[in-house]
Amino acid sequence: MQTPAPFEYEHASSVDEALALLERHGPETRLVAGGHSLLPMMKLRLARPERLVDVNDLTDLAYVRREGDQIAIGALTRHAQLASSPLLASLYPIFQDAERVIADPVVRNRGTIGGSLCQGDPAEDLSAVVATLGGSLKIRSRTGERVVAARDFYLGPYETQVGPAEMVTEVVIPIRPGAGSAYEKVERRPGDWAIAAVGCFLTVSGGVIADCGIGLAAVGAPGLPALEAEAALRGRPAGEEAYAAAAQMAAAHCRPQTDQRGPAEYKRDLVAELTRRALRRAAARVMAGGA
Amino acid sequence: MRVAMNVNGEEVGAEVEPRMLLVHFLRDELGLTGTHWGCDTSNCGTCVVWMDGEPVKSCTVLAAMASGRDVRTVEGLEQGTQLDPVQEGFMQEHGLQCGFCTPGMMMTARWLLDHNPDPSEAEIREAISGQICRCTGYENIVRAIRWAAAHQPAKEVAS
Repeated sequence: MQTPAPFEYEHASSVDEALALLERHGPETRLVAGGHSLLPMMKLRLARPERLVDVNDLTDLAYVRREGDQIAIGALTRHAQLASSPLLASLYPIFQDAERVIADPVVRNRGTIGGSLCQGDPAEDLSAVVATLGGSLKIRSRTGERVVAARDFYLGPYETQVGPAEMVTEVVIPIRPGAGSAYEKVERRPGDWAIAAVGCFLTVSGGVIADCGIGLAAVGAPGLPALEAEAALRGRPAGEEAYAAAAQMAAAHCRPQTDQRGPAEYKRDLVAELTRRALRRAAARVMAGGA
Repeated sequence: MRVAMNVNGEEVGAEVEPRMLLVHFLRDELGLTGTHWGCDTSNCGTCVVWMDGEPVKSCTVLAAMASGRDVRTVEGLEQGTQLDPVQEGFMQEHGLQCGFCTPGMMMTARWLLDHNPDPSEAEIREAISGQICRCTGYENIVRAIRWAAAHQPAKEVAS
C-alpha cells in the first residue's frame, strides 16, 4: 500500500490566499491542483511536503482565451479542457496531438497545465509543447508578477524558476497567423511517458520557412529546444532537405540516457525520425491553412 | 481533519488524516467496497468514481480534495431495484471474468454513454484506455458497453 507521509492540508479560495499560505508556512509547503504528478511522488516518498495547499477552488484560473495576439491559458486549466479547446485546435493543433497521448482520459480530467509544467519532469509533454511555441509563464508572488520564458523556466529536472512563495497563474503563447504545428511521440504503451517526443511549429512565406520552433521531450532537460535545428530551418525552403538537416541537428543536440525505455542511441535515432515526421505534419497543416 | 461530501446522494462525513486517499475513505470509512483498490499508481483504473460528475481515479485524489463535492460510486449506479443498463450489459455480454476491473469500467462506461449515447467501438476503447482488465476481456467489455448503448432506458419526457 502506497500512502504519502503525513502532512497538513489547507484550501485556498483565492490566489492571494494561496500566496499568503505559501509565505506563512515556508518552503516545505506545496500547491496541489490535479495532484496526478505530486501525489504519486508523495506516495513514493520522493516528495515529502509538510503542508499542501489545495488550489482546486481557484476556478477562475481555468480558461483558454485569445487576448490580442496571444493565447492565455490559466494555470488550473485541465488536460481535458486543453484537448477540447476550439481555439487551440484551430491555432495550435500541437496541443491536441500532445493531449491525445498524455496519460489517459480519466487522468486528463484532473491534471492541470500549471501542475504539469511546474513538475518539471524531463519527459513531460506539455513542457515540450510550450517550449516549442516559445510560450511564457506568469509567476505571481505577494509582491508582484514576473514573466519567464518557457525556455528559461527549467533549471534542471524537477527544478523550475518558481520560488517557494510563488505560483504560476498563466501560460501565454504568441499567436502566429498561418502557423502549422505538430507533436510526435513514441511510447512503450498508450498513456506512458515518452521514449522520445518532438514538437514543432512552422510558418512559411513564399515556400520559405520564416519562423519555427522545435522542442524535445524525454531526451534531456524538460522541453529542451533544439536551437541549432531551428536556426538551420529559418530561411530555408520548406521540404525534405530542410527537414533532414534539422532532424540530424536535433538528434545531435539532445542528451538521451540509456534506461528501461531504451538505449541512448536508439532514442537519438528516434529524435531524428520524429523531427522529420513532426515537420512534415506541421508543414501539411500550413498548406491546409494553418489548422 | 473533518471531511464531508455527498456520496451517491447521501451526506457523509468523517474525521480523517489529510493523507487519506479517496479510495480508502470510500472503502474503509464508508464500507463502500464496490470501488476497488488496485495499482495505487493511477494506472489501472479499477478505483474510478465520479467526482462532481467526472470520472477520476480515486487512488490519486485525497479524501480532503473530495470534501464538499459530489461523489458517485458503483453502488450509485443501480436506481432502486433497477440495474443500470451498463450493469445489465456487463451481465448480458459477459463483460467480466474475475470482476476486479469491473467497477471502474462501469463508471467510465456510464459517463461515456451520458455524453455520447451511441459511441463507436473506437470511442469506447479510447474512453476505457486508462483502465486495465488483467483477464484481457476487453472484447466483451466493449460489447457490454455497446449493449448498454442499445438498451438505454427511455428518457423521461416532461409533460
